[in-house]
Amino acid sequence: MTLRARADFAPPPLQRLLQTIPRWLLAGVPLPLLQPFLGHIATHVARSRPELFARLGPHAGKLFLIDPIDLPFVLLLRPNAKRPQLTASGRLPRPRHDAAIAGTFLDLLGMLDGSLDGDALFFSRDLRVSGDTEAVVVLRNALDDLEGNALDSIISAFGPLSAPIKYFISSLRGMRTEKHDG
Amino acid sequence: MDDNGYVRPDLVCPAGTPAALRAAVDAGADAVYCGLQNATNARNFPGLNFTPAELEAAIGYAHVRHAKVLLAVNTFPRAGEFALWRDAVDLGARLGADALIVADLGVADYAAQTYPELRLHLSVQAGASSPEAISFYCEKFGVKRVVLPRILTVSEIASVHRQIPCEIEAFVFGNIGMMAEGRCSLTNYVCGLSTNMDGVCSPAADVRYEEDAERNLTTRLGPFVIDRFTNGESAGYPTICKGRYLCSARAEPYYAFEEPVTLNLSALLPDLMRAGVTALKIEGRQRSRAYVRAVVSAFRNAVDDIMAGRDATLASLIALTEGHRETEGAYRSKTWR
Amino acid sequence: MREIAAEITLGPVLFNWPPDLWRDFYFRIADEAPVKTVYVGEVLCSKRAPLFAEHYQAVAERLRAAGKSIVVSTLSEVTQNLDRKLVESVAASQDYLVEANDASALPQLTGRTHYIGPFMNVYNERSVAVLAQGGACNFCLPVEMPAATISALCRETQYLDATFEVLVFGRMPLALSARCYHARAHGRTKDSCRFVCENDPDGLELRTLSGQPFLTVNGIQTLSYDFLNLIDRVEELRTMGVSRFRLSPHSCDMVRVATAFSGLLDGMITATEAAEALVGLNLPGPCSSGFYDGKAAVSRRLQ
Repeated sequence: MTLRARADFAPPPLQRLLQTIPRWLLAGVPLPLLQPFLGHIATHVARSRPELFARLGPHAGKLFLIDPIDLPFVLLLRPNAKRPQLTASGRLPRPRHDAAIAGTFLDLLGMLDGSLDGDALFFSRDLRVSGDTEAVVVLRNALDDLEGNALDSIISAFGPLSAPIKYFISSLRGMRTEKHDG
Repeated sequence: MDDNGYVRPDLVCPAGTPAALRAAVDAGADAVYCGLQNATNARNFPGLNFTPAELEAAIGYAHVRHAKVLLAVNTFPRAGEFALWRDAVDLGARLGADALIVADLGVADYAAQTYPELRLHLSVQAGASSPEAISFYCEKFGVKRVVLPRILTVSEIASVHRQIPCEIEAFVFGNIGMMAEGRCSLTNYVCGLSTNMDGVCSPAADVRYEEDAERNLTTRLGPFVIDRFTNGESAGYPTICKGRYLCSARAEPYYAFEEPVTLNLSALLPDLMRAGVTALKIEGRQRSRAYVRAVVSAFRNAVDDIMAGRDATLASLIALTEGHRETEGAYRSKTWR
Repeated sequence: MREIAAEITLGPVLFNWPPDLWRDFYFRIADEAPVKTVYVGEVLCSKRAPLFAEHYQAVAERLRAAGKSIVVSTLSEVTQNLDRKLVESVAASQDYLVEANDASALPQLTGRTHYIGPFMNVYNERSVAVLAQGGACNFCLPVEMPAATISALCRETQYLDATFEVLVFGRMPLALSARCYHARAHGRTKDSCRFVCENDPDGLELRTLSGQPFLTVNGIQTLSYDFLNLIDRVEELRTMGVSRFRLSPHSCDMVRVATAFSGLLDGMITATEAAEALVGLNLPGPCSSGFYDGKAAVSRRLQ
C-alpha cells in the first residue's frame, strides 16, 4: 500500500508546461554554463550563514550528492566554510560522494525552505538516502535550523534576479493544489 | 477548571534546534523542552540541540511570549563523569529554565540539594510507572511533575493521578517507545553507544540504506538487517524495536516488538483532560520545523476547541507519521499488551 | 582496595520453567553448587509468580539446610495492580533480604537493609550514595556497564558500606516492556498468553530477515542471543573491588558453571582451566565478553 506525503493531482495543461520548463531550460544548457551560478550560490550562502557550519561539525568536509530526479543533472555539495563547493554534474557515471539524497526538484526545494518534512518524505519513499546516513542527518538538522530558511539564502544570492526567481518558484508550487504540512 | 469540567492542560512541545523552538512557540506551545549538545539528554543526535548561548537566547524568546522552557538532563551519568551533568544542571538553573527534566537519582539529588527552588520534572526515562515509584521521587527530591510511560490506559492514568502528589504529563503524539524507558540496552548491544548513558538510540552513524534496482529498500543497523520494504511500501527508520524478525513460532517475518507506528491521541484528548493530566507532551526533537509547526498547531487548535466546548477536529497528521500508521497505544485498552 | 570476601551468587531464574523442574533445579543447587547466595523470586511477570508458590517452602528449606543465603528479588516492571501487590508482598518479607529491581519497592525498603538489583539504573557514585542512605548495601550493576565505569564506581564509593555485584554468566538482559513478546510471537496478548513462555527454557530466539540470530525474547524481556561469559575477567573485576559474581540460570548444567567460577575465585584452578571447564556446556548461543570492553557487545564473541 502506498501513501504519499502529498496528495496526487492532475495539473492543467498550462501548468504542466510550466512545471517542465526547468527540464527544457536546463537540458539544453551545458553544465559548465550553470557552474558560475552554483559557485556564486555556494559562496554567498557560506558567507551569509556562517552558523550553518557550527552544526555541521566534522561533516562540513563531506561530499553530498543531491539528485533532483526530475532534472537532467545532479549536484555535488561540499559545505566547507572556507572553500564551499557546489557543482553540477551528469547523473552518469555516478560521481564519487560520501552521502546521497534523491528526490523530485520540488520536494528538495520544500525541504530547503522548511515547508516539507524530510522524515515524512523518507517514510513515503519520495526521498532516497544512501551512504553516510549520519552526514545526511546532520546536514538536515543544520539546514533546518537556519534563521529564515536555506532557500531564502540561496535566492538572495541572485541579487537583482531574486524577485523573478522567487516568482518562478512560487508558480511551480502554486500548482500543488493541496496544503503542505507546515 | 472551567464549565466543561476540564482543566486547561499545557502543551509541551519538542525543540531540537533553536529554529524549531521558535516554530513551536509561534505555533502556540505553552512549554518547549530541549537539550544541550552532549550526552546529558536522551536525544543526543548529531547536529541537534543547543549551545549554552543558544539556550539563553531561546529562553529569552520563549519567556517574552509567555512560554516555558524545560531543560532535559535526563540520561544517566557514568561513575567518574558526573561533572558534565552537574554543569548542565547549573547552566539550566543559571539561565532560568522553568524546570529540569531528570531521570538519574544522582542528578535529581544534586539538583534538589543545590537548587531547592528549581522545579524538577521526572523524565519518562526514570521509568516510574507505579504510584509507589512516583511517590518515592516526589518525597525524596520534591519532584513536581511526572512524565508517564506510554503504557498506561486513560483510566489507569486517572487512577494514578489520585494516588500521587505531583502533576502528570502524558505523551499525545509521536514516535512511540516500545521498551521501558531508561532501561533499554539494545542500541548498546549493537552499536557500542548507550541509550541510557549516552542518550543515543539506533544512531545514524550505524545506519545503512540499500535500495536495489526494483526499489526494494533494506535498512540496517550495524551488522544487522532491521527491515525490508518493497517498492512503494512505506518505510521506517531502522530502530531495533521497530524491525521485522523471524522466529520459530511464526511462518513469516513479523514485527516482533511493534510496527513502526506513531502515537496519536487526538481522539482521546477530552478523556485525558478529564483524567487529570496537567500537560500534553508531543514527541519529536529529532524532527523538522515543518513537523513541529504542523503538529503543535494541530494540537493547539484541538485543545482550544475542547476548552471552548467545541468539537475538536484534528488536522490529519498521518503524513508525518512513521509507517503512515497511527495508534492509540495502551491508552484506550489493555489489549495492546 | 577493600578486603571483602568474594563469592559466586546465583541470580533469579528469568525463565518460566515448569514448576517441578524449577524446584528440582533449586534442590540440585542446594546439594551440589558451590554458591553462597541464591536469589529467588519472579522478576518479570506477576502472572508467573503463583506457579511456583507451592514449592517456595521446600526450596527455601533445602537451600537453608545447605548453608546458602537466600535473597528475594522483586519484579522489575511494575505497572498493574497485580504487579504492585506482588512487590508489596515480597518487600514485606521479614525472613529474607530483599533485592529491589524497581523504585516501586523502595518506599517499603527504605530504613531497612536491602539490595539493589541490576534492573535499577545505578550508574554513578551519587546514585549509589542516595540509595545507600536508604539502607541499600549491595548493588548488582546494570549488565551494560563497562569495566572502566565499574572500576570508577568502586573507586568513588570506597567510603560507603556498599558491595558490588556483576553479572558474569548468562544471556544479557537488554530491555523490558509492558508488552509480552512471547505472547505476541504466538499471536496472543499478555492477558491471554496461556503461559506460552514455558516452551522456551532459555528464551525464544529472534533472527533477522537475512537469517542472522540476533536477540532472544522471554516474556516482557528482551535478552541477547549471545551468552555473557566473563570467566577470564573475574580476576580483574576482583581487583577493581567487585566482590560478588552473579550467574544467571539457564537450562545448561549450572552446577558445572558454578564450580568453574567458584574454583577460580578460590584459587583452586587457573583462569584457563576454568574457561576450559565451560567448554562443552552445549549452550544455545555463542559466548561473549558482552559490554565489558565498552564496545558493541555483538562484536565481542569469544573464540
